[in-house]
Amino acid sequence: MPASIQHGRSANHTLRIVCPNGHLGFAPIKTGSFQIGCQCEPDLICADSGSCDVGPVPLGSDTSSSPRQWQVDDLETMLLASRRLGVPMIVGSAGDTGTNSRVDLFVGIIRDLARKHGLARFRVGYFYSEVSKEELRRRILDGDTVAGLDARPPLDLATLDATERVVAVAGIHPYTKLLDQGADVIIGGRSSDCAIFAAPAICQGFPEALAYFYGKVLECASFCAEPYGAKESVLGEITMDDVKVTAMLPEQRCTIASVAGHAMYERANPFFEHFLGGHIDMSQCRYEQYDERTVRVTGPSYVPAAELRVKIEGAGKIGERYVGIVGVRDPYTIANIDLVTAWARQQVVERFGKSGYELHFSVYGRNAILADREPLKAMPAHELGVVVQGVAPEKAMAEEVCMIATRQMFYARLPQVKGTAGGVAFLLDEVMPASPAYRWTLNHTMRLEDPLELFPISICETGV
Amino acid sequence: MMASRKLSEIAKTIRSKNAGVDKITFDVIFPDRATYDRVRESGVLSRAAVCRIFGVDAAQISDHVAFDPALAIKFTIYRQMPSGSPGDADIFGSQQYGPLLDIDVPRG
Repeated sequence: MPASIQHGRSANHTLRIVCPNGHLGFAPIKTGSFQIGCQCEPDLICADSGSCDVGPVPLGSDTSSSPRQWQVDDLETMLLASRRLGVPMIVGSAGDTGTNSRVDLFVGIIRDLARKHGLARFRVGYFYSEVSKEELRRRILDGDTVAGLDARPPLDLATLDATERVVAVAGIHPYTKLLDQGADVIIGGRSSDCAIFAAPAICQGFPEALAYFYGKVLECASFCAEPYGAKESVLGEITMDDVKVTAMLPEQRCTIASVAGHAMYERANPFFEHFLGGHIDMSQCRYEQYDERTVRVTGPSYVPAAELRVKIEGAGKIGERYVGIVGVRDPYTIANIDLVTAWARQQVVERFGKSGYELHFSVYGRNAILADREPLKAMPAHELGVVVQGVAPEKAMAEEVCMIATRQMFYARLPQVKGTAGGVAFLLDEVMPASPAYRWTLNHTMRLEDPLELFPISICETGV
Repeated sequence: MMASRKLSEIAKTIRSKNAGVDKITFDVIFPDRATYDRVRESGVLSRAAVCRIFGVDAAQISDHVAFDPALAIKFTIYRQMPSGSPGDADIFGSQQYGPLLDIDVPRG
């Protein structure tokens, strides 16, 4: 049998982490590969639970994007393994957004599970990540620029006023502090994905460059393995010299291609990973096939930041929202669908004027998904689906905006249409209430004196 | 020169995904060094080609790199609006790669 990190540790000082899920609570942990991971002597079990990918609604409305029971199930799987093995468990960016309410929710679930299973007493550490609007207002007024990322302008008061809720993205610091205080379970507010894994490694004296890379490679669980299959566990091992990662599902492998491919996943640039306190440069990384299902990586470097700046994320409410759906089959109407939506929009303008609401038409079968960037927008399909969104300050108005636009597509006046009994097909002759509409108002950075200043930590005991 | 082939026939992975809330990043990953080099040298995924395909200005491309360890060409473009704003119909940015599949790649 070839050497495998599953079958024996490196002789040197190592730290092993099992990651069972790249977005805890969003889709369930596949427990088969997780149990295999738990048999490989992990020193910790860690998972990220957050993402901006779910859009601005969860942060703005302070909700999670998935049912509570899914979160309970994943936390139960991790907690029972963590307590049985006697190793710490870390979850970052609780409940998608990492807001204070999501941290409290997860801590509450941990307490409930401890009672339910009669677990022996253990220490739960947690920290918050929300930033008050007053703090940001003070900075703007003091001229302490809250700088925009990704070509956004600096934060101004109008944008701040339009913002509902703000979180800052923590680095390793609250995690290392809680680990030093003996936390057995850590529930983190919003934090960098890689920090969740880097923190315990840095606590144990492993080099920062390797530790942050270790986090980078583990944070999405089996996304760094092939063939594609999400929510399966991976096992990582860090030494003073390298990082290794291996797939736990027997059908999956970590390969040079899959691990290097993952290094560039969902980031603008594959060479740099930024976090509070600095970044790692991955341009000199070397990837080697260590055993059949394990890749070994060396060569990342760590670059401390000259100035401590923390990323902040904020969402603001635009209004209440209703959605309508219509279909179109007449080729002439399809060819003139922009005239149909323009007619419908004009009927809304006549009722409500030109402003004070938003109205959007997503034309499926033509260019709903790419909008103006669709190269085939002049070649619509033989059948279109148009999704209408009406957004307004009050529900009643949003419903009416959406209803006028949806209903009036039926009555659109096209000069040469043959069908004069109705211009569109209704799936439902009604419009449906949807989540309120929000937008990302903040994608910015602000200066910090102390990497812990926005992230108050707490520790408590639970169990029996 | 022999007939060209579609990018979807020779690439291992063609994907798009949010890179933060204001950008979408595209990864085109090849199965072997020869194919990777051929596509790079052909220019069919150059900055200019990306601008042409999506109808965007060069200023809309924030990053465009060849990533040797993954045998990948990767580029990132600014979104038309932040992810999940009303009117955005691809919150994860996960279906923006469609126009890349049928790109003709000249045979070497």
